[in-house]
Amino acid sequence: MQIHISTNDGVPIYLQVVNQIKYLVAAGRLAAGAELPPIRTLAETLIVNPNTIARAYRELEMAGIVEKRRTAGTYVTDQGSPLAKRERTKILIERIDPLLADARHMDVSIDDVIKLVHQRFTLLKPSRLKESNDG
Amino acid sequence: MADSFPSAAPPIVEIQRLTRQFGIKMALDELSLVVPRSGVFGLIGGNGAGKTTLIRHILGMLKAQSGSVKVFGLNPVEQPVGVLGRIGYLSEERDLPNWMRVQELMSYTQAFYPQWDDGYAEELRDAFDLDPKARIKNLSRGQRARAGLLIALAHRPELLVLDEPSSGLDPVVRRDILGAIIRTIADEGRTVLFSSHLLDEVERVADRVAIIHHGRILLTASMEEIKESHRKMTLRFSQAMTQPPGLVGALSCNGAGAEWTYVCNGEAEQLRRAAEALGASVVDDSALTLDEIFISRVKP
Repeated sequence: MQIHISTNDGVPIYLQVVNQIKYLVAAGRLAAGAELPPIRTLAETLIVNPNTIARAYRELEMAGIVEKRRTAGTYVTDQGSPLAKRERTKILIERIDPLLADARHMDVSIDDVIKLVHQRFTLLKPSRLKESNDG
Repeated sequence: MADSFPSAAPPIVEIQRLTRQFGIKMALDELSLVVPRSGVFGLIGGNGAGKTTLIRHILGMLKAQSGSVKVFGLNPVEQPVGVLGRIGYLSEERDLPNWMRVQELMSYTQAFYPQWDDGYAEELRDAFDLDPKARIKNLSRGQRARAGLLIALAHRPELLVLDEPSSGLDPVVRRDILGAIIRTIADEGRTVLFSSHLLDEVERVADRVAIIHHGRILLTASMEEIKESHRKMTLRFSQAMTQPPGLVGALSCNGAGAEWTYVCNGEAEQLRRAAEALGASVVDDSALTLDEIFISRVKP
């Protein structure tokens, strides 16, 4: 699980952990049923206070992203829930807004931005990946 | 906040109106401080703020001129055995007996602590890659810090005190030290008190923080409270100003023309309303790093 903590921008550390795990789940890099590292292990890896990780896990649990199982351990929940979709939308909005701000500064129209998005989509379409999956 | 006092247990350290003067210099000025049991307590302050003097009182190396110092409910000067046997300490100078070998340092220190854990000591020595036959005087700066850390940890102290543990060390050794802090409090009920001017480290590992300045405590709160109660707001006024208008709760302000950035302490909504009352619009509102909060507190 790839998480990067920065103390340069003022975002509370627990929130950085929450946001990055949400991102990993929404991006499919943490699949439903995957187990998150134990609090103490993640705290030692990231060099942050264990209570901070505990708080992040609590927030993720309240948001329905992960669940605690009785046998101990924290697991990613089933991602079919509307909440996960809402998270995905939120993550995209966080990325679209700066793009739109840049476009406005550079005087690029919204139609051109959308055209560009389509162009990039066609270019980046993982055709080779698709083939290997199909075959 | 609910975690202000995590348990009903008496605090580990309780200092009341402690004053210390060196000649005409007031090192500690009626300083009061409570360090609750369990968790990491970060003591932050600039050079000469009084951090080391305060720590030396906690360890009983200095006697209170006025005021009182209690550690585990005891006076560390009068009952040094009851106090020091339960504390692990790493000083900034890491003053170790230079003539000893690592192995000798370990058995020498062991003699002072009945609770010394041989297996744990050996585990640490191995993890820190310390050669038992190496002489202390020949150790590199980083290895010296690791040796100091080993003897501070191996008796599994209830309270671990670290005075500027990372100063002058490379990132690998700093990581060892911070990792040791985290492992120490992951063991139930243990407490770490560490002083530092490296605020990114403090922000990562501390549960509670006290800012010390000119021998006084300016602020003490949980890290969450500190982060949540401080905001950086940039206001845009309808016209250019030569001086920024005062804002309730503002700790510092800088800017020019129509845009001024305030570091504030208070509820975000309340601050927004205060800004609007001045006829300004909030163009940016963001969280602060501990570093920024510290600077706005000590340099208003």
